Amino acid sequence: MKYLEEKIFKIIMICAAMLIFGVLVYIIATVFYRGLPALTLDMITKLPGGGFYLGKEGGVLNAIVGSIYIIIGSLIISILISVPLVMYINFYLPAKSVFASLIRFSLDILFGIPSIVYGAFGFALMIFLGVRASLLGGILAVAMLIMPIMMRSFDEITRLLSRDLPDALLSLGATKYEMVKVILKQLMPGLVTAILLAIGRGIGDAATVLFTAGYTDNIPASLNQPAATLPLSIFFQLGSPVEEVQNRAYASAIILTVIILILSFSARYFSSKFSKHKI
Amino acid sequence: MIITNQQLASSSNHSFLNLNEAISLKKLITNQSIRIENLDVFIEDQHILKDMNLTIPEKNITCIIGPSGCGKSTFLKTLNRMHDESPEVKISGKVFVDDENIYGPKVNVIDTRKKMGLLAQRPCPLPMSIFDNVAYGPRIHGIKKRKAINQTVIQYLQYVGLWEEVRDRVRTSATRLSIGQQQRLCLARGLAIEPEYILGDEATSALDPLSTKKIEELFVKLKEKYTIILVTHTLRQARRIADHIIFMYLGKIIESGPTEEFFNNPKKQLTKDYLSGSFS
Repeated sequence: MKYLEEKIFKIIMICAAMLIFGVLVYIIATVFYRGLPALTLDMITKLPGGGFYLGKEGGVLNAIVGSIYIIIGSLIISILISVPLVMYINFYLPAKSVFASLIRFSLDILFGIPSIVYGAFGFALMIFLGVRASLLGGILAVAMLIMPIMMRSFDEITRLLSRDLPDALLSLGATKYEMVKVILKQLMPGLVTAILLAIGRGIGDAATVLFTAGYTDNIPASLNQPAATLPLSIFFQLGSPVEEVQNRAYASAIILTVIILILSFSARYFSSKFSKHKI
Repeated sequence: MIITNQQLASSSNHSFLNLNEAISLKKLITNQSIRIENLDVFIEDQHILKDMNLTIPEKNITCIIGPSGCGKSTFLKTLNRMHDESPEVKISGKVFVDDENIYGPKVNVIDTRKKMGLLAQRPCPLPMSIFDNVAYGPRIHGIKKRKAINQTVIQYLQYVGLWEEVRDRVRTSATRLSIGQQQRLCLARGLAIEPEYILGDEATSALDPLSTKKIEELFVKLKEKYTIILVTHTLRQARRIADHIIFMYLGKIIESGPTEEFFNNPKKQLTKDYLSGSFS
């Protein structure tokens, strides 16, 4: 009986692992099978020409650049807000602070809000301010979307830090600010993980940018011009009845995946450079 | 007697204080030691330290012994005001360091901590190179000149006997050192802020016997210049290196005295029981 239990459970575990792996392989296979033939140099170097969505020539450079602008802009904003917030609730507020738990609770709620709500909220805010769909609007909306993720995951990692390091620094007569500077070095890999999670959610999201960044066939030249994004570009191409254009949507998906990979690897690389003395 | 430039500067700021008075002020604080009066510490509702009164003699090693949970570490933390970080800790009473109550209203907590070099139970190197670990204290306390910092780092690494072992890799991570080396590095780091007191919180409990011996030898060497207060679990260690012993039980000082007398001729029954191993 015991052995049967053991065997059944083992089978369940193996099935679960295989399922996840299988799904991943299936997705990648589909995307590559349909997208790879359509992935030409034109796709990544040219703007959509007239009739691009009907199968004529052009590329998705507008969406590539737009997506990169938006994710980098929103990452900068969210890092600038997340790091001080996490340092504050972890090292400035007392361990059992009610305010800190209130913030964590709010983040958990913000975390669960669907991205379309952030898009709608951003849109409402923009109407109120009289701003039209623009790169800046997209950056702000995506920043709102990814901030809770970045904060919450960075917070979780920061909470795992042993009290030894802050205590060692304070007992040397460091001020809280001097202490936080050293702690951030130690937490760099954790911050990078948080950033990667944020990139993952932010770059692939279509709903937030739909109303806020808009869509354009050009590369935005300033913050108040609309910007295209890869998820929306994929969406519009998939909606086309022309099969060639649908395949280009898959090619765009490959491009998006590669961008995420490049961002991930460079983040990991810089983090290991900055934290070579990590304990 | 060391009087810091800051103290001199602050005393000369007062126009009514002339040089002679500054010198007499200097004499006034020659009694460089720690005196504790009616110290009570509460953590939430628990009464951790109960009405402690004691004087810690200067340039000596004082060991605080007692069973786990008797408040030894809590006591040590009151000396460098590390309880400031925990709002649930309430402290009443006076702790005089160099005749100044460190819980007085005008005391700068950074200055107090700078006077106390702390050696923790587990060595905790900072996430930087060996060199930067030792240089960290002097740097945050305002030493900018590269030459001065180099000198300080080498001096203290030599002092703890680490220089010869690491001289060709001072720019590498401190974490690559063995745990015993790390503890000596932490000692060098603490000494580099030029404290007057050294606090050790079971500083050798995580180390192997050889490293323990090295740290103990350092403590004995250091007491020529510093007043040392150690919390220890090992009675043998206390016996080996301490000049004075304070025995605590349930937040109270049961007995204290010079090492020889304390071990050979304990006065209280509780002390006798503890020394004979009836409880620990």
